[in-house]
Amino acid sequence: MKPVLLEVEHLTMRFGGLIAVDDLSFAARQGEITAIIGPNGAGKTTVFNCLTGFYKPTVGRLTLHHPAGPLLLEQMEGFRIAARARVARTFQNIRLFPRMTVLENLIVAQHNVLMRASGFTLGALFGLPRYRHAEQDALERSCLWLERIGLVTRANDEAGSLPYGDQRRLEIARAMCTDPVLLCLDEPAAGLNPRESAELNQFLTGIREREKIGILLIEHDMSVVMGISDHIVVLDYGKRIASGSPGTVRRDPAVIRAYLGEPESDAVPAERT
Amino acid sequence: MTEAAVPTRIASAMKEAGLAAFVALVLAMPMVGLYTVDEGGVLVVRTRFDWVLIGVLVVFAGRLAMAYWPATLRIPARRDAAHVAADGHFNILKFLGIAAISLAVLLPVLPVTDRYVIDVATTVLIYVMLGWGLNIVVGLAGLLDLGYVAFYAVGAYSFALLARNFGLNFWECLPLAGALAALCGILLGFPVLRLRGDYLAIVTLGFGEMIRIVLINWQSFTGGPNGLTSIPRPSFFGLPFTRNPEEGETAFHQFFGLEFAPYHRLAFLYYLILALALVTNAFTMRIRRLPIGRAWEALREDEIACRALGINPTNTKLTAFAIGAMFGGFAGSFFAARQGFISPESFTFIESAMILAVVVLGGMGSQIGVVLAATLLVVLPELGREFAEFRMVLFGAAMIAIMIWRPHGLLARRDPSIVLPPARRGAA
Repeated sequence: MKPVLLEVEHLTMRFGGLIAVDDLSFAARQGEITAIIGPNGAGKTTVFNCLTGFYKPTVGRLTLHHPAGPLLLEQMEGFRIAARARVARTFQNIRLFPRMTVLENLIVAQHNVLMRASGFTLGALFGLPRYRHAEQDALERSCLWLERIGLVTRANDEAGSLPYGDQRRLEIARAMCTDPVLLCLDEPAAGLNPRESAELNQFLTGIREREKIGILLIEHDMSVVMGISDHIVVLDYGKRIASGSPGTVRRDPAVIRAYLGEPESDAVPAERT
Repeated sequence: MTEAAVPTRIASAMKEAGLAAFVALVLAMPMVGLYTVDEGGVLVVRTRFDWVLIGVLVVFAGRLAMAYWPATLRIPARRDAAHVAADGHFNILKFLGIAAISLAVLLPVLPVTDRYVIDVATTVLIYVMLGWGLNIVVGLAGLLDLGYVAFYAVGAYSFALLARNFGLNFWECLPLAGALAALCGILLGFPVLRLRGDYLAIVTLGFGEMIRIVLINWQSFTGGPNGLTSIPRPSFFGLPFTRNPEEGETAFHQFFGLEFAPYHRLAFLYYLILALALVTNAFTMRIRRLPIGRAWEALREDEIACRALGINPTNTKLTAFAIGAMFGGFAGSFFAARQGFISPESFTFIESAMILAVVVLGGMGSQIGVVLAATLLVVLPELGREFAEFRMVLFGAAMIAIMIWRPHGLLARRDPSIVLPPARRGAA
């Protein structure tokens, strides 16, 4: 069994009278892809927003077992979760820097490393070599990811001018350039055609094998979820209704009920091809 | 075009033109149609409705022409500029920049240059510098600041007060004035960290007014509405520009063995602001290529994504405010040194609007665009002097024309802060 990377305990998020996430507990392991699925409005993105500091959870503890010791995410400020705890995320509606180039998007992701190397700007302003080396390293790292997402030839184009599928991959590459220990992907396959989804599967399993980081995945595309997940957590109305391997989850009656609303059906969550 | 579409197009164009003409009529009736003359000490209102009619007809015809003429005249915004620049096809702009700098350096010694030209050129350069300073806040960091003149005022008053009360010279005051303005930038920055767009604009506007009102009312410190007079003039590294220097001092013209001429001082001031402006430009160009500059631009593009990448939005915004304000402070110091007299009247909202217009007309974030726009905004009203009372109408018309033909500014292009060399792109 791989070591636990993220432990979510009794996470509850209330907006006024609405309970978006209700006493949710699960764990994500290092080197595994953990998928969070559920019908629309089940509270999946809210879980992500709590994890990455965009919301402060009403109740609950979020422990990240970081190489440098455990960190409590619910007590950290938003940008520090990315900077110190090294939790990276992508967004359901792509959030690139559209008028900056593809390469610049990847360089900005390495902001904190570069900022330190630049002596908080003062050193680099006077052309210290340390910053030049750091920038060269950042460029190499960006190139590596550009090659992996096949966008080397478009490095100097505006990110906003890329086709949709490329933008999705660029956003993942940008998140990876922050050197994360946990990568949270919010519907990375949304809007992709079947061929692109298959490529995404390969890309994500590649990241899992090579980088040995934990991946948390929200997805509706069952070909992606069932194809690559090691562990699945199913949410409905903010509650966990099932969890386990893809094989267990797809036969779970509670899951079938949540998706199809028919207690006696044999149907599995619709598998798109 | 189908047969049926033609009349509808005419009809809609007529409707548009009629509407524009109506607006022109409502505006022109009191502003152009009525005027006052002094008849033996009594003001008498006269009418000139024929002028109104001409104006309304011109607007009607102009609007009609616009409806039939847009596609060919409107130049599309260069959205694909980034990769063009990356491949080195922008030598024209580089050439333009070098030519502009050479011209600026040679201007005072050109035979056509007289006191008036050098004076206007100095004013242009003040706006260029202010534009470049504000460009950091508005163009790069995307924080709409309508109160930039406040920092200009802080710089000017810092210099005036430090020089008058402590006898510091220009070069000693300059960093202090910059630091004080930067401090004000941070003070303004803190309460507005959460605000963006319109809300930010309103608060910064308020801040600009606050500074001005404090300057008017703090009589004992700032001289109130009367301002501060006899601010020491900057000297050429200790050599004053006076005909008869004080005992023990050598004047500029004596040191260099020249005939005394007031022009020397004007030329020196011109070179001073040129140097300050070029430093501002060099700094901006450099910092754009550093992590902090990229973070500013990223913040302009998407603040939420910035947070998700671990960029501290607080620090990033505050540095943008502080550094932008610092250059405003430098420009303010220069202004006070040049004028020798400052009062709150020089720091009204209209100045903020003017500086913002320089940035927006130039094309947000474009350095050369700021130069073009500043030149245009200062020189146009000067050229328009012959048109007397219609000077501002001409000015307004020119601004509207720019916004129609160049909606993203005169030079709306953005150079990438880092490019992948072609060899690397081809290698993959």
